Amino acid sequence: MDRRTLLKGIAGVGSLAATGGLSMPALSQGAAARTLRFVPQANLANFDPIWGTQYVVRNAAALVWDTLYGLDATLQPQRQMVESEQVSDDGLVWTFRLRPGLKFHDGEPVLSKDVVASLTRWSARDPMGLMLKAVQNELTAVDDRTFKWALKSPYPKMLLALGKNSTPCAFIMPERVAQTDPFKQIPEYIGSGPMKFAKSEWVPGAKAVFEKFADYAPRQEKASWLAGGKQMLVDRIEWVVIPDPATAAAALQNGEVDWWESPITDLVPSLKKNRNIDVDIADPLGNIGSFRMNHLHPPFNDVKVRRAVLAAMSQEDYMRALVGDDTALWKPLPGFFTPDTPLYTEEGGEILKGKRDLAMAKKLLAESGYSGQPVTCVVAQDQPITKAQGDVTADLLKQIGMNVDFVATDWGTVGSRRAQKTPPGQGGWGMFHTWHAGADCINPAAYNAIRGTGDKAWFGWPTSEAVEREVLAWFDAKNLDEEKAAVKRLNKAAIEDVVYAPTGFFLSYTAWRKNVSGIAKGPLPFFWGVSKTA
Amino acid sequence: MVSYILRRILSTLPVMGIVALFVFSLLYIAPGDPAAVIAGDQASPADVERIRQSLGLDRPFLVQFGTWLWHILHGDLGTSIFTNLPVSAMIAQRIEPTFSLMAITLVLTILVAVPLGVAAAWKAGSWVDRTIMAFAVFAFSLPVFVVGYVLAYVFALQFEWLPVQGYTPLTAGVWPWLKNLILPALALGSVYIALIARITRASMLEVLQQDYVRTARAKGLGQRNILFVHALKNAAVPIVTVIGIGIALLIGGAVVTESVFAIPGLGRLTIDAILRRDYPVIQGIVLLFSFLYVLVNLMVDVTYTLVDPRIRY
Repeated sequence: MDRRTLLKGIAGVGSLAATGGLSMPALSQGAAARTLRFVPQANLANFDPIWGTQYVVRNAAALVWDTLYGLDATLQPQRQMVESEQVSDDGLVWTFRLRPGLKFHDGEPVLSKDVVASLTRWSARDPMGLMLKAVQNELTAVDDRTFKWALKSPYPKMLLALGKNSTPCAFIMPERVAQTDPFKQIPEYIGSGPMKFAKSEWVPGAKAVFEKFADYAPRQEKASWLAGGKQMLVDRIEWVVIPDPATAAAALQNGEVDWWESPITDLVPSLKKNRNIDVDIADPLGNIGSFRMNHLHPPFNDVKVRRAVLAAMSQEDYMRALVGDDTALWKPLPGFFTPDTPLYTEEGGEILKGKRDLAMAKKLLAESGYSGQPVTCVVAQDQPITKAQGDVTADLLKQIGMNVDFVATDWGTVGSRRAQKTPPGQGGWGMFHTWHAGADCINPAAYNAIRGTGDKAWFGWPTSEAVEREVLAWFDAKNLDEEKAAVKRLNKAAIEDVVYAPTGFFLSYTAWRKNVSGIAKGPLPFFWGVSKTA
Repeated sequence: MVSYILRRILSTLPVMGIVALFVFSLLYIAPGDPAAVIAGDQASPADVERIRQSLGLDRPFLVQFGTWLWHILHGDLGTSIFTNLPVSAMIAQRIEPTFSLMAITLVLTILVAVPLGVAAAWKAGSWVDRTIMAFAVFAFSLPVFVVGYVLAYVFALQFEWLPVQGYTPLTAGVWPWLKNLILPALALGSVYIALIARITRASMLEVLQQDYVRTARAKGLGQRNILFVHALKNAAVPIVTVIGIGIALLIGGAVVTESVFAIPGLGRLTIDAILRRDYPVIQGIVLLFSFLYVLVNLMVDVTYTLVDPRIRY
C-alpha cells in the first residue's frame, strides 16, 4: 500500500466515522460520466437572451432555445427548426415551414404562433431585426407549421438574420413567454432546445444546471456550430462559476471540473504541462481589440487628431500587453474585419502598417490646433483586456504630446460613463477601450461598432456617410463579389474617418480534461457532440 | 437582563434605518449603471435608456427611496435587477455557505489561538513563547488570498487530500460539508488565530502576575488548574471582546476567501452585486450585515456577564 492509498483510506474511515455512515452516496462512475462540469467565461446573472445580450447569456441560451436557422462553421446559415423556406420572385414574401415533431420543454408543440411572437420580440432588440421591422408589412402564422413574413422591400440577408450567432439570437420561445415586453425579463424559461434549464438549481453567481430534454428532435445532419444535429451525449451540464482564474486552473487540474472555457494566457503554460489536460485555441474567429474616441468633443472631433493616434499606435504593443509573447495568439489588423473570413480586407489600412510614425502624428496634432487640453481616457481596471490596452494607450498619447487624464475605474462605471454625451470635463469622456468578438465582425450585419450614424451610432457617435453608404451596399449585395467590393470600400472609409481604432486581432485558449472529447472550435462553447468518460 | 436584551434589539432598528438611508444615498450617487451591464456591450444607447426606464432607475431619488422603504417595511427586500429573483431568496441561498465558513473558522480559531496564547504566556520569554509569537507575526502579515493559494496548492493539487473549490451543503453529510471548508477556514482563520493568540498572551501575562495566582500556586494547585480555571477566566473579557470584533471582521474576510475558493456565499454575492450595480441585492446584504454586527455586539456584551459576575446590566 502506498502513502496516497493509505491517506485516502484514512480519510474514508474518517468520513464514515464523522457522518455515522449517513453521508449521501457518491455518484456512480456512470452518473459522473453523464455530468459535464463546465467553467463559463462569466457568471450567468440573468437568463433572458433578448433582454440581456451578454455573450454568457447567449451561450447558455443556445442550449435551452433553438433557432430557425443556425450559422455553421463555413459561416453559412443552415436550416435548423425550419424544414423549408420559399421566397417570392420579387423578394418581398418569405414563407417558412417548421419541421414536424418540434416540442417545447413543457411538452407543448412548437407552433407558428410561437415563432411569430418570438421573432416580434427579437426584432425589437436586434440590429438586423430592427432593419427587418422597418421594412415589414406583416409577420403572420399561416397554419400551425407555416408562417409568412411579408416585406415592403427585399431583404436578402433574411436567413443570416435568423441564424446569426451574434447577440441577440432569434431564439424561439412559447408565445406566452415571447409576448413579454422586450425591455423586461421573461418570467419562465421554457425552451425549445436540447437541454432544459433547471431553475430550481440555479444559484446566480455560482451554479447553473442544464438537463437533457428527452423529447428534443435533432436534425440528421452532422452538427456544425449552431447548425445540424444537436446530439447531447451527456445528461446533465453543470456550469460552475469560478471567478478566480488560479482557482479555476487548480480545479481543472484537480479534476473537479471538466472544461474551462477561457483560461487566462498566464496560466496556459502550466495547464499544457499537465498530462490530463488538453489546451487549444477556443475560437478561430478570435477577438478584435479596440479603443473608441469621442467624435462629439475636442480633441477627437477633429479627424486629424484621430488619424494622429492611428499613425502612432503600435498594434504589436497592444497585443503583447494582452496575450504576452506567444506570437501564435495575435496578428496585426490593418482594418476592421475578422482575418481569414471571406470579407477580410486591408483596403485603406496603410496608416496602421509598417514603422510607427510619431513625427507624422505630432505634425497632424499641430495642424489640428491641439493645445494640450486633457484627454479623458476611461479605463476599466477589472477587465484584463481593457486594463492592458488602457495602459498602452496612456503611454502612446504621452509620446505624441497629448495631456492624458487617466480615469482608472471598473467596467460598471465605464458602461454608464460612455453613454454620456456631455463634454469630458462635465462627466463625459474622451476615449474608452473594449473588444469585439471576431464572430460579430465577419460582416457589417451585427457590427454596431463600425456604424457611422452619428447620434444613433455606438458610443463615440461617429458620423460617416461613406461608411453608411457601404453598409447599405453590403446589405443589398446579391453575391459574394458584390459583398467583398462593398466591404473593401467600407473598410477604407472607416479608416479614413477613424470610426474607431483597432488595436489588433487576438485569440484565446480553452482547456479541458482528456476524458472529455468532441469539443469544437467556435465563437461559443458548443455542448452537442461532447462526451465524457469516467 | 431580558429587558436589556430587548432594549438592545429595539435599538438596532434606528441603526438599520440610518444604514439603509446611507447605503441608498451612496449607491444613488455612485457611478455605474446596471442598465448598461444588462444591455451588453453591443447595445445601443437607446436600448440602455429603455432598460433604465423599465427598471425605474430614471425616477427621482425620493421616489426610488420611498418605494424601496415601503417594501422594506412590508418585509420585502425587493427583486434583483439581474436575476429577477427575490433578494431574500438569493440571500437565503447564500447564507449557509457563509455561516458555515464563519462557524468553522471561529471554532478553529478559538481552539487553536487560545491554547497558543496561554502557552506563550505560561512560557513567556522561552523558545515556546518566541516560536508562537513569531508564528503570530507571520500569520498576521500574510494576506488571506496568499495563504489560500498556498494551502490549495499543497493540500489540493500536490497531496490531493481536499478540494480546491466549491461548497457541499451539510445535508449531504458532515464530511462532504467539512472537506470543502477546511482550507478556506484555515486561510481565513490564520489572521484571527494570530490576533487572538497575541491578545490571549497579553491578557494572560497580566493576570498571571496577580496575587491570587501566586496564592493558587502557593496552596499547591496544579499548573493546568491555575492556567485554565483561575487565570484564563479572569483574562477572558478582552479575549471575548477581540473574538467579537473578529466575528465582525470575518464577514469582510469571507468576501476574499469565498472568491479564492469559489464558495457561493454572501461575500461573493456582495462582490457580484457591486460590480453589476445590482442595487436591491447590495441594499439587502448591507441591511443583513448591519443587523449581524449589532447582534454580535449584543452577544459579546451578554458573554461578559457569564465570564465576569461583576458585570451586570
